[in-house]
Amino acid sequence: MSTAYDVAILGAGIVGAACALECASRGLRTVVTEGRGVGSGATAAGMGHIVVMDDSEAQLALTRYSQTLWHALAARLPDEVEFDRCGTLWVAADEEEMQEVRRKQAVYVAAGVAAEILGARGLEEAEPHLRRPMAGALLVPGDAVLYPPCTAAWLLQEARRMGAEFVAESAVGAVAGGVLLSGGSELQAAHIVIACGADSTDLLPALPIRKRKGHLVITDRYPGMVRHQLVELGYLKSAHSLTADSVAFNVQPRRTGQLLIGSSRQFGDESREVDHGILARMLQRAEEYLPEIGGCSAIRVWTGFRAATPDKLPLIGPWPDDESLMLATGHEGLGITTSLGTGRLVADLLTGTVPEIAADAYRPGRFLSGAGTEPEVARGGMGA
Amino acid sequence: MERAFDVVVVGAGPAGMAAAVSAAEAGRSVAVVDDNPAAGGQIWRRGETLPGAARAWLGRFERAAITRLPGSRVFDGTVDRVCVDGGGEGFELRYQALVLATGARERFLPFPGWTLPGVFGAGGLDAMARGGLPVAGKRVVVAGTGPLLLAVAAHLARRGAKIVAICEQAPLGSVARFAVRMATEPAKVMQGIEYRWAARRAKMHFGCWPVAAHGAGALDSVTLRQSRRRWRVGCDFLACGFHLVPNVELTALLGCRLENGFVAADAVQQTSVAGVFCAGEPCGIGGVEAALLEGQIAGLAAAGRIDEARALAPRRRKLDGFVRALQEAYALRPELRAMADEGTILCRCEDVRYGTLRGRESWREAKLQTRCGMGSCQGRVCGAAAEFLFGWRVDAVRPPIFPAPVSSLTSCNLAENEREAR
Amino acid sequence: MPEVVTISVNGQPFVVPAGTTVAAAMLRAGGTTRTSVSGEMRAPLCGMGICFECRAVIGGKPHERTCQIVCEPGMDVWST
Repeated sequence: MSTAYDVAILGAGIVGAACALECASRGLRTVVTEGRGVGSGATAAGMGHIVVMDDSEAQLALTRYSQTLWHALAARLPDEVEFDRCGTLWVAADEEEMQEVRRKQAVYVAAGVAAEILGARGLEEAEPHLRRPMAGALLVPGDAVLYPPCTAAWLLQEARRMGAEFVAESAVGAVAGGVLLSGGSELQAAHIVIACGADSTDLLPALPIRKRKGHLVITDRYPGMVRHQLVELGYLKSAHSLTADSVAFNVQPRRTGQLLIGSSRQFGDESREVDHGILARMLQRAEEYLPEIGGCSAIRVWTGFRAATPDKLPLIGPWPDDESLMLATGHEGLGITTSLGTGRLVADLLTGTVPEIAADAYRPGRFLSGAGTEPEVARGGMGA
Repeated sequence: MERAFDVVVVGAGPAGMAAAVSAAEAGRSVAVVDDNPAAGGQIWRRGETLPGAARAWLGRFERAAITRLPGSRVFDGTVDRVCVDGGGEGFELRYQALVLATGARERFLPFPGWTLPGVFGAGGLDAMARGGLPVAGKRVVVAGTGPLLLAVAAHLARRGAKIVAICEQAPLGSVARFAVRMATEPAKVMQGIEYRWAARRAKMHFGCWPVAAHGAGALDSVTLRQSRRRWRVGCDFLACGFHLVPNVELTALLGCRLENGFVAADAVQQTSVAGVFCAGEPCGIGGVEAALLEGQIAGLAAAGRIDEARALAPRRRKLDGFVRALQEAYALRPELRAMADEGTILCRCEDVRYGTLRGRESWREAKLQTRCGMGSCQGRVCGAAAEFLFGWRVDAVRPPIFPAPVSSLTSCNLAENEREAR
Repeated sequence: MPEVVTISVNGQPFVVPAGTTVAAAMLRAGGTTRTSVSGEMRAPLCGMGICFECRAVIGGKPHERTCQIVCEPGMDVWST
């Protein structure tokens, strides 16, 4: 049996689920396929940091747009999503990093994102457990944290409420107009959205996506020890490289009182095993900034794969080789934040609606020869 | 801190002590890591008048040249070393041979009221009593399944507890068949008789299990069920455990093969990983006698005394029938799946209720969507319950296999080893 | 070795026989060990260090498994 849909979304991570909700709410006949469990891939491995980033203008535009969408959605999010507008503190260890704080603040404010500079004293009051002295920090109060697996499940549930269907099977093939499912059956759809994160290359090997491995550690409950999502600005010195392994201090207070410790970035390691060397470096970095975290009990370590593109921007839009295939992948460490913006852009493109932000920078065609200049190699992002 | 030993033993219960003593007496350098403050494991936990065999083994263990590391836990490991958290620091122990004698824990099944203070495991209340919790004059219901129930009732009765009832979920017929098979093991029969005598005032009910524990803030009574009959008995403590679950986290982390949840070991207790041996309950719930023999075999084999180890193997094989009979006699009845109601907490760390979990696809989905098993105990309590209730297979293990301070994870990690391997 | 040990449980001095575990001492003191995440009072279940119901703050350190720790003179124990 085959059913004709307007759109088949492959993958029910947070990006696929957001696309499904957006498509279904615009009246498109929508089906979502996911064989491995809703929100169980990179979505489950991510930190769940809703963060505005400014590595490039296009990144700033998409993260800012998405943040406003999250704010608009916040009141509807159920309790288990654990949405908490705790804000981000970009911690500056020295005067050089304070210069970056000032630059960053100017950019954020110009983009309409509230951002406040904290001096050394202000930072001590905001986060008394940080090592002293620190030079200061940039506070971005609109940033938030949430629990991604339940968020993806809720987005999908809302999509189904709006009429989307769900098939608990993986897509093993996608060609013009049709999807072959792991169970052997086929789905007919006018448009196919590939939202399989780092595994999207299983369906389209030519995609410019590489797996970038990350580690996260979660502790037992230590309520009040950390109040904001803390990120070192020093990561700008270490994470620029697109080749070398790197770690950064990145600690998130969960609503439970647990501390989520990141982050690491590695190319070329596609095993799910814990890499003890980079894990130790990551935790040492956390101890350097937050000495008391050394005494906190770690209860779980996990790994995941970011879908990294050469220019650190996602792939959103039609695949030039087959325009019936729409991509919604390549979000690297920002998939949780930008899932809502991605959903909007995908639905806009499918329905011929003019998007609220320019979508050209994310078009997959930008990497094809003759598509223009070589993509600029952007600075390292964060997220986990 | 980093230390190297010929043999590292994990666990200082009967199997671990026997392994350590055997290896040390064979002239090997031996270290023993154990979570408990004192050697003896759960069965020979201090605070109880211990049987002669226990005193003898504890004496040998204390006299032997062994590096004893009580209050320490292995949280990670690989082919030639384990990472240990103990005494406030993380350190590596390198080994030539590793003996895993990690014992077993009780299986707990949820029923309404089981989270009330006053409800313990069966072995749990025994351990608490040995640790100084007074039970004299307390009314105690002992419930669940397995030979441990009678032992616990006897221990508690000797301390002056009033055992109100002993409720064994297994039917009388299967326990009787087990007892008949045990007729060839006079020592075990005698022990059973001694236990029953010690707890002689208690009524013993077969095919009987608790359906609810009651009390405002603390336990005051338990509703029991036997066939269609339900009745409520007043009590101060409920000691309830449903036999044992092997502790196989470290074995699984090291990649040793498991069969039906137990560690597969050869005639000299070697696992599928060369140089890694396993002894005691992780190889099959077989009690102290099997554990001691397996420990000796593993310790000798780990010390390279293969012939001596092999010589003991036939004595161990004689106990195979006992191990199998035990498993069959105390198989869990399906009605136990109906003990929990929608509101019963299954995951005590995260307070996840049965109704939230019912209908989930898998353990992984349950973890991700409900937080079940994501708390401090790492699913040690709710995982076994979920396996029984929902038929889920519990996930692959990842380090840390026991919660450990972040500083231990940084000071002891296997990075150097991984670099060497590349 | 002295036959009794004095510790502090929730700010009150408390005398227990030597060799008593902190978990047993807390129950002797008439209390529980922790409050669960949904507000239930809890006491130890397993008595052998695996269920984590006996966690309490010892000497300022949270999440200590009190059933695996023997009382030492002057220990400062708080339920959570």
